[in-house]
Amino acid sequence: MSSNDGIKKTLIVAFSLCIVCSVVVSTAAVVLKPTQEANKTLDRKRNILAAAGMLEEGASIEEQFKQVETRIVDLRTGKFSDAVDPASYDQRKASKDPSRSKTLSQDEDIAKIKRRVDLAEVYLVNDSAGELDKIILPVHGYGLWSTLYGFMALESDLNTVVGLGFAEHGETPGLGGEVDNPSWKAKWPGKKVYRDGEVELQLIKGTVDPSSSSAQWQVDGLSGATLTSNGVSNLVQFWLGEQGYQPFIENLKAGEA
Amino acid sequence: MSEMKETLVQPILRNNPIALQILGICSALAVTTSMSVTVVMCIALTSVTAFSNLFISLIRKQIPGSIRIIVQMIIIASLVIVVDQVLKAYAFEISKQLSVFVGLIITNCIVMGRAEAFAMKNPPLPSFVDGIGNGLGYSVVLLVVAFFRELFGAGKLFGMQILPVVTEGGWYNPNGLMLLAPSAFFLIGLFIWALRSWDKSQVEEPDFKMAKHTTVEEAA
Repeated sequence: MSSNDGIKKTLIVAFSLCIVCSVVVSTAAVVLKPTQEANKTLDRKRNILAAAGMLEEGASIEEQFKQVETRIVDLRTGKFSDAVDPASYDQRKASKDPSRSKTLSQDEDIAKIKRRVDLAEVYLVNDSAGELDKIILPVHGYGLWSTLYGFMALESDLNTVVGLGFAEHGETPGLGGEVDNPSWKAKWPGKKVYRDGEVELQLIKGTVDPSSSSAQWQVDGLSGATLTSNGVSNLVQFWLGEQGYQPFIENLKAGEA
Repeated sequence: MSEMKETLVQPILRNNPIALQILGICSALAVTTSMSVTVVMCIALTSVTAFSNLFISLIRKQIPGSIRIIVQMIIIASLVIVVDQVLKAYAFEISKQLSVFVGLIITNCIVMGRAEAFAMKNPPLPSFVDGIGNGLGYSVVLLVVAFFRELFGAGKLFGMQILPVVTEGGWYNPNGLMLLAPSAFFLIGLFIWALRSWDKSQVEEPDFKMAKHTTVEEAA
């Protein structure tokens, strides 16, 4: 064994081991990448359908997603944009690129996301007559530990919530992680977003009093997860507000998008 | 051949890595809320332990003593990354639930412990078998813990409803504690108790002996 302990031998072993291992690891990463990407896209589509309450178990996701039309919205003007192809657009990447996003000032940045992308994806679901039935908006914001990425679906009146679902987050399981709890998510449908043109929808501490006059703008907070609840409130307020999709929603209502 | 069988079977109950050596507790708490996730984690850990033992044993005569721990870590880490990539490609849903815990196999004491204690001194084949045996030992404990946690915490097994829960109109009121990490401590404790009652040789000498009670007069 002692012959192994020379400096030369040590360096040779270390170096060759590193080469072999890096080849193995990178081969695995490269070979499996297409399958992983396909999984991610499929998962995203599933989450979009789930937020809109359209997900049917057992049926093919691709097939179900055909009812959904992906469009790009320019958040600066609040109008549809054809500047990029929705199929190849990577919004996550664009959000980090200074030339394709806007730095948010401290007061604007209630969802703590630092930058807001210029071009955002939206998903439209049309009914059989070709009229808008539902719209699904990707939203994200900071909770306690992590950025929560989710989808908010609205009815055709662009005010009533169809559902909210998070596709990705790293909140504490059992506390903040309860954003995934189906019985909590079931509290969202039917809630209203705007009250006199302002985003009013928010999570409150404890349980919503159904007799209260503002009950339709309130959702139960998550017990034991105040910061995650605040994060969810903030991201809803941000993305449906002035800096988010509100200008687009106004235009869409007026038929000018 | 019987020696090989010993290597395989011994770690399952007689020399269980979790119950006797108390290693790898971290992931035993974290991934045992549902059976299907646990099964995938067990397969992942067993394959990493087996193959890291195999590869380390293959090059054991070339490893310089001064960097042996790092060499072991590199091999283990590479295997874990490969396993993680495979899971992301072929078991996406489950890999999302396992999240960081697949990556944390790298720091699982069982893998490192077997590499250092067994693979560095034994030929490749017995090392491979030893890895599988220890992986199975880990799996046995995890599966038992997950069985009770999922059954009593959610009334389910492998995601199938076994006990009809109250929220869906049944009679069983799920025990929320079972879904939280502390319940795994209790279950592992009970498992070790059961195991040591069955195999008395695993009982350790107490670290401290209770002294006989003395009265004040005696002490003076």
